[in-house]
Amino acid sequence: MKKNLLHRVIIILVVTLVALWIVIGPRRWPPTLADFTPQGINNTLRNNIRLGLDLRGGSHLVMQVQVADYLKRLTENVAVGLQNSAKEQQFAISNATPQVEGDDYRIIVEAGEGVDVQKLKDELPKRANDFDPSIWTASVDGRRVVWEMSDAAKTVLSSQAVAQAKQIIDTRINAVGVAEPNLSDHGAQGSHQILLQMPGERDPERIKKTLTAESRLELVHVISPQGMLQKYPTKEAALQSIGGAETQTRKVYPYVERDAPVEGEPEPAQKPEPEWVVVETPNVIEGADLRDARSSQGDGGGDIYQINFDLKPRGAEKFGRWTAANIGNYMGVVLDDQVKSVATIQSQINDSGRITGSFTKNQAEDLSLTLRSGALPAKLVYLEERTVGPSLGEDSIRAGVRASVAGLVFVIIFMVLYYRGAGINAVVALLLNMLITLAAMIWPLDASLTLPGIAGLILSVGMTVDTNVLIFERIREELLTGKTVSSAVDQGFSRAFVTIIDTHVTTIVSSLFLFVFGSGPVRGFAATLIIGLVANLFSAVYVSRTIFMWVLSRKGKRAESLSI
Amino acid sequence: MLRILHDVKVDWLALRKPLLMFSILLLLAGLVSAIGRWATPGGTEPFNLGVDFKGGTLVTVDFKSPPSLDDIRNSLSGVGMGDAVIQPALDKQGRFLIKVAQQGTGEEAQSKAEVDDGAAKVGEALAGFGQRVDRATGEGDWDIVSKDAVGPVAGRQLRNQAITVTLLALVGILLYIAFRYEWTYGASAVITVFHDVLVTLAFFTVFQWEVNLTTIAALLTLVGFSVNDTIVTFDRVRENLRLHRRATLYDTTNEAINQTLSRTVITAGLVFLSVLALVLFGGEVLRSFSLALFIGVIIGTYSTIAISNPLMVWWQQRLERAGRGGAKETLPRPEGGPRQTRTTTAPAKRRAGAAAR
Repeated sequence: MKKNLLHRVIIILVVTLVALWIVIGPRRWPPTLADFTPQGINNTLRNNIRLGLDLRGGSHLVMQVQVADYLKRLTENVAVGLQNSAKEQQFAISNATPQVEGDDYRIIVEAGEGVDVQKLKDELPKRANDFDPSIWTASVDGRRVVWEMSDAAKTVLSSQAVAQAKQIIDTRINAVGVAEPNLSDHGAQGSHQILLQMPGERDPERIKKTLTAESRLELVHVISPQGMLQKYPTKEAALQSIGGAETQTRKVYPYVERDAPVEGEPEPAQKPEPEWVVVETPNVIEGADLRDARSSQGDGGGDIYQINFDLKPRGAEKFGRWTAANIGNYMGVVLDDQVKSVATIQSQINDSGRITGSFTKNQAEDLSLTLRSGALPAKLVYLEERTVGPSLGEDSIRAGVRASVAGLVFVIIFMVLYYRGAGINAVVALLLNMLITLAAMIWPLDASLTLPGIAGLILSVGMTVDTNVLIFERIREELLTGKTVSSAVDQGFSRAFVTIIDTHVTTIVSSLFLFVFGSGPVRGFAATLIIGLVANLFSAVYVSRTIFMWVLSRKGKRAESLSI
Repeated sequence: MLRILHDVKVDWLALRKPLLMFSILLLLAGLVSAIGRWATPGGTEPFNLGVDFKGGTLVTVDFKSPPSLDDIRNSLSGVGMGDAVIQPALDKQGRFLIKVAQQGTGEEAQSKAEVDDGAAKVGEALAGFGQRVDRATGEGDWDIVSKDAVGPVAGRQLRNQAITVTLLALVGILLYIAFRYEWTYGASAVITVFHDVLVTLAFFTVFQWEVNLTTIAALLTLVGFSVNDTIVTFDRVRENLRLHRRATLYDTTNEAINQTLSRTVITAGLVFLSVLALVLFGGEVLRSFSLALFIGVIIGTYSTIAISNPLMVWWQQRLERAGRGGAKETLPRPEGGPRQTRTTTAPAKRRAGAAAR
C-alpha cells in the first residue's frame, strides 16, 4: 500500500513538473533567475503559447484555383498542336476544334477527302506539340477523330495545377515579405482550395492583388500595316476586320495602356476607353521563356515605370529569329489577355525587352515580382477572407480569460464549500487538467490556441467537475450504506469509474469525428476537448484517488471519518 | 456533510406525458416560427444565418468617438448599403458590427463564387467619419478591426460540412453506446440529442439569434453534455438492474434518476454558472456560442429525465413484449379504474410487474 502510494506520488510529480516546465519553462538553456519572476514567466508564456489568428490578429485567405480554365487552355493548346501536326504531315483535315462541355474536354478533328481516319488517329498525335498520350483517349466516329480527356488525367492535372499555384503563391508571398506565412491545402479532396494564413497581417489588400495576378505574359505579332498601328474603337469593329469572328490564327484583344488604379492611389481623371487590336495566335513567346523581370524608371522619368525582362536561351533564339523576319511590323506585349504595349520592331532583338504601359512604381514592382515567380496555371478566386486586427484579438483574449476565471472561481468556491476536504481534490484536479492541456498543446502537438479552443478548455473543465462530483457523490452513497471509509472510497471510485469511462469515451469518439472531418474552428475545439478529456482521466481519477489514499494512510487503517 | 436532494423518491417516469407535451410545444414553436418566417414574403428568414453560412461580409469597426446608429446607417445608405445590419457591441464602447449581405442578386450572386468587397464599401461609407487609424502613429478616428468575408460557395461548403460533421459525430455516439449497452439505449440517447439540438435551434429561430460557426461548436458541446448526462443515468440503470434482478425496468430507472439527481443538479448548476459567466463576460465574438450553450445546458439536463429515460424504458418493454410473442396485455387499472387494453405505456408494465410479484 505504502509503496504503491509512493509510486503514484512520483508519477504525479514527474508529470506535473514536466507539464509545468513545458508551459512556463524558457526555450533556452540554461534558464536565468529572471525567467522565474512574474515578468519573466509572463514573457515565456507569450513565447510558448502559440495563439491562433483570431486571438493574435492576422489574415486568413481561402483561394480556389479555377482548374476548369486551366484544362480549357490546355485543350486549346493541344488543338493547335494537332492542327500544326496535320499541316506538317500533310493530312487534309478541317479545323481541329477544341470543345468544352461542362466537365468534358475534347478535340474534334474531321478528316478531309481521301484521308484514312484510322491513320489520322494514329499518326496525328505523334508530331503534335504538348500532346501527352496518357491524357487523351482517341476514338473514331464516322469521319471524325475525337480525343477526349480521361477522368483520371483531369484529376491528376487538376492537382498538378493546384500544386503549381501553391508553389507560385509561396514564391510571391516570400518576395512580398510576409512574416511566418502558412500555406496549406484546404477543403475536401478535389475542391482545389488553398488556405493562406498570415499572422499579424491586418490589411492584406495589396497582397491579395499580388497573389491573384495571373501574370500570363505573351509577346505577339499585332496585325497592322507598317507605319501606322491599326487600332479599332470597338471590339465589333476589330472582329469585322477579320471576318466577324476570331479564327484559328487571329484574336482580338483590348489595348489598355494604363492599369486599373490600385486602392489608395489617386485615380486618373478619366479612365481611357480601351481600343482594340487584332493579333496573331499562337504567340511568339510565352511567360515560360522568361528568365528575369525587373522594374525601372521609364525613359521620361517621373512617376512612370516600366518592366525590363530577359529571355531564356531557347526563347531568345526563337524571338531573335522572329524579330529578324518581322522588322517594321508591330509587336505587342500581352498580359492576361490585355495588350499592354505595342512597339515597332526596329531591328533583331535577341534576349531582352521591356513592357511600357505607364505603370506606377508599386504596380511595376508587383508586376515584375509576379512575372519572376511565373504565371499561375489558372485564375485564383477568393472564397473566404477573415482578418482580425490585433486589438480585437486582445479584447477576445481578455473576455475569454475573464469569463473562464469567473467560471473557475464559482466552481472552486462551490466545491470547497460543498465537499470540504474532498473539494481540495477537485480544485487540484481542475488546475492540473488545465496545466496538462496547455502543456500538451505546446508540446508535442504544437497547436495554436484559438477562441473555440478556449471553449473546448471550458467544456473539459466542466467534465473535470462532473467526474469529481460523480465520484464524491458515489463515495457519500457508499458511506451512507455503512461501509468503512476506505472501502467506501474504493467502491466509490471503482463504481463511478465505469460511468466516467463511458462518458469520456463517448465524448472523445464524437470529438474525433469533429477533428477528422471538421475544419478551422471546429477542429480547434475538438482538439482541446480531446486533450482535456484524456488529461481529465489522469487528474480527476488517478490524482484524486492518490490524494484520498494519502489522506487515508495518514489516518491509518481504522479511519472513521472523511471530509467529503 | 452538506447534502442536497438526498433520498429523493420521485416517480419521474409518471411525468413523461406532461414533459413530452412541453417538448412538443417548444418544438412546435420553433417549427411555426421557421415556417412562418419562410412563408412570409419579404419577412425575415427562418434562421438568422451569419456570414459564415450565408456569404457576405462582417466588418467590426472601432470609433474613437462613437457616432449614433442613425449616422452610420445614413452613411451606409449613401454608398447603397442601406440593408446592412448594424449592431453595437455590448462589451465595448464605440465598437460596431456591420453585417453586409453578399452583393448582387439571384442567379448572378449564386454563381459567383468569389467574395465581394463589402468591406471596401463599408470603408467608403466610413470615410465620412474622418480618417482611418494610421497603423504607425495610431492617429485617426476609426478603424476596421476585423473583417470576415465569405463567398457563397465557401458558405455552402461550411454549412454542409457542419451538418455532415454533426451527423457523423452522432453516429459515432450511437455506435459506442450500442456497443456498451443495448442498441435501444444508444438510439434513445441519439434521439434525445436530436431533440436537444432541435429545441435549441427553436430558440434561435424564435429569437433570431445569429447562427454561425461558433453556434455549431456550441451545439456540439451541447451534444456532448447531453449524452454525458444521459449516460450517467443509463449506467446507473444498468448497475441497478444487476443488483436487483427482480425489479422492473420502470422502477429501476426511476431509482437511477433519483440516485444520480444530486450529481445532475450539482454538475448542471456549475456548468450553468460557468456558461453564465461566458454570457456575461465572454464578449460579442462569443455571444452566439454562449447563448446556445446557455439553452443547451438546461435542455440537456431536462431531456435526460423527459426524453431519454422514458424512451429507453418504453422501447425496452416493447421489445421484451415482442420477444414474448407480442401479445397485447390486458391489465388491471389501479384504483378500480376501467379495464383497458394497453400496449405500450410504461406504468402499465410496472404495475404488471408489481402484480406479478
